[in-house]
Amino acid sequence: MEQLFTPEEWTAIDLSLKVATVATLASLPVGIAMAMLLARGRFPGRSLLAGIVSLPLVLPPVVTGYLLLLAFGRKGPIGAFLDQTFGLVFAFRWTGAALASAIMGFPLMVRAIGLSIEAIDRRLEDAAATLGAGRIVVFLSVTLPLAIPGILAGAVLAFARSLGEFGATITFVSNIPGETQTIPSAIYALIQSPDGETGALRLTLVSIVIAIGAMLLAEWLAARFRAGERT
Amino acid sequence: MTLDVDVQKRLGAFEVAMRFQTGGGITALFGPSGSGKTTLVNLIAGLLRPDKGRIALGSRVLVDTNTGVFLRPAERRIGYVFQEGRLFPHLSVRSNLMFGRWLTPGARRWGDFDAIVDLLAIRPLLARRPRDLSGGEKQRVAIGRALLSSPECLLMDEPLAALDPARKAEILPFVERLRDEMRLPIVYVSHSVEEVARLADTVVRIEGGRVLASGPVGEVFATIDAEGGFEAGGVLTARLVTEAGADGLARLEHPAGALLVPHVGRPAGSLVRLSIRSRDVTIAVGEPGRLSVRNRLTARITAIAELAPPDVAIRLDVGGEPLVARITRDAVRELGLEPGQMVTALVKAVALDERRG
Repeated sequence: MEQLFTPEEWTAIDLSLKVATVATLASLPVGIAMAMLLARGRFPGRSLLAGIVSLPLVLPPVVTGYLLLLAFGRKGPIGAFLDQTFGLVFAFRWTGAALASAIMGFPLMVRAIGLSIEAIDRRLEDAAATLGAGRIVVFLSVTLPLAIPGILAGAVLAFARSLGEFGATITFVSNIPGETQTIPSAIYALIQSPDGETGALRLTLVSIVIAIGAMLLAEWLAARFRAGERT
Repeated sequence: MTLDVDVQKRLGAFEVAMRFQTGGGITALFGPSGSGKTTLVNLIAGLLRPDKGRIALGSRVLVDTNTGVFLRPAERRIGYVFQEGRLFPHLSVRSNLMFGRWLTPGARRWGDFDAIVDLLAIRPLLARRPRDLSGGEKQRVAIGRALLSSPECLLMDEPLAALDPARKAEILPFVERLRDEMRLPIVYVSHSVEEVARLADTVVRIEGGRVLASGPVGEVFATIDAEGGFEAGGVLTARLVTEAGADGLARLEHPAGALLVPHVGRPAGSLVRLSIRSRDVTIAVGEPGRLSVRNRLTARITAIAELAPPDVAIRLDVGGEPLVARITRDAVRELGLEPGQMVTALVKAVALDERRG
């Protein structure tokens, strides 16, 4: 493997996978909670909240990245607070790339999970309640397992979106080799340089392979779960 | 344990306002589809909240809108068997059965897993998934799941409605065993006269969201025009002794007497279920003389229920199994029949059920 790629390319691949994995795993609990809230909640402002969650889908990524920079930059209100309180810095760090990726993938994740939560037969949850299950137990033992196909699909979509994230990332955390230079940024940089064509092509192939692999994995997992569930 | 219900609930244009009390045994909520039976059961289970009213199980108040008490379903200790089973598709039969058991504190558990599994004859199904079960098997597992949550009362919402007649006949004996062996108060929702006649001790007759009548099954059914109603006299389980004698008849052994039926087509020793129409049962007091009827069973009268004149339904205990005879009121008077009396049930024709017992 090491001979196939230059150290810079390898770093970009490694970083991309790390950023996408962290972005997906960290946003998953929030995504499940948000999907539950939007699928089941009946409260004023629900449509507004759904709109805000979908915003990154329709906004130009550069705008999302700039908004993140304003909020989470060292001098931004949230960024300054996190820096001073927890020593957590997003600006121009790989963590920032993960944050940008998570935000961009969030609408896709919430939508996929929400669809599968809406498809759950709520009468099964009633049945669990009559058997002595309180709300949390019902959620953990019935709702969550039945939503797994959607959760997997949502996670894969978010992961794939993370690997492809470019606009918001480059605006928010720039294009620093070894820190924030993910595969798309690296491809962009390689294309700009006179002898980067083959490197760009190699990374392009890597992107395709990872994306297809993730998709197949998701299909396979979802099929397995569906097979176990059909009534 | 008594269940005290006095509730009002409006659902769109439909309004339920019902008041009744149950004793032990099986209480049937009996009425046509859309009469509010399921709404009522959901109110008892806590899946719906009444607009006004009170429900108490024994000394425990489950809901009281005056004092603001509302126990959530999980806190009510009421088992619920749904019409469509509602087994958890992602769990095995064993995990479905254990679901409520895991959530019941040890001190409150009753009933033994193995005993309940055997009672319902579901041991061979334990490792399967709900999707691999037949309708009748699903309902038996659903009953087991509800029982294993150690409820103080069991609600059964048309548990047989989704099943074909053969599967119904398969489940009914299990419900009877729950009543007789577990001594668990059961609220049984049905629109079937046959099921109610066979199972219920108390009947609450419901129509249009109101209670029309409630009381012992005989009393309530006396008010119903039961035209063609009590056709299903009962189902007896007997052991096949010899498949076909010289006379071409199969000989069966039942605790209440021997039975002769035409060709059975099963190996000797197997259990055979016989369904008998109530009109095909004749009652004799004392030892009957020479009769063409071959099948004579020793029976005890458990109840006498008035039907639409001139008929009367005689509920019999035949070697531990229930059987209903439909005879005329005149005959009852003439023979001086009364509950507790020992009689001979003459079964003119035995219709063999298709399944194995």
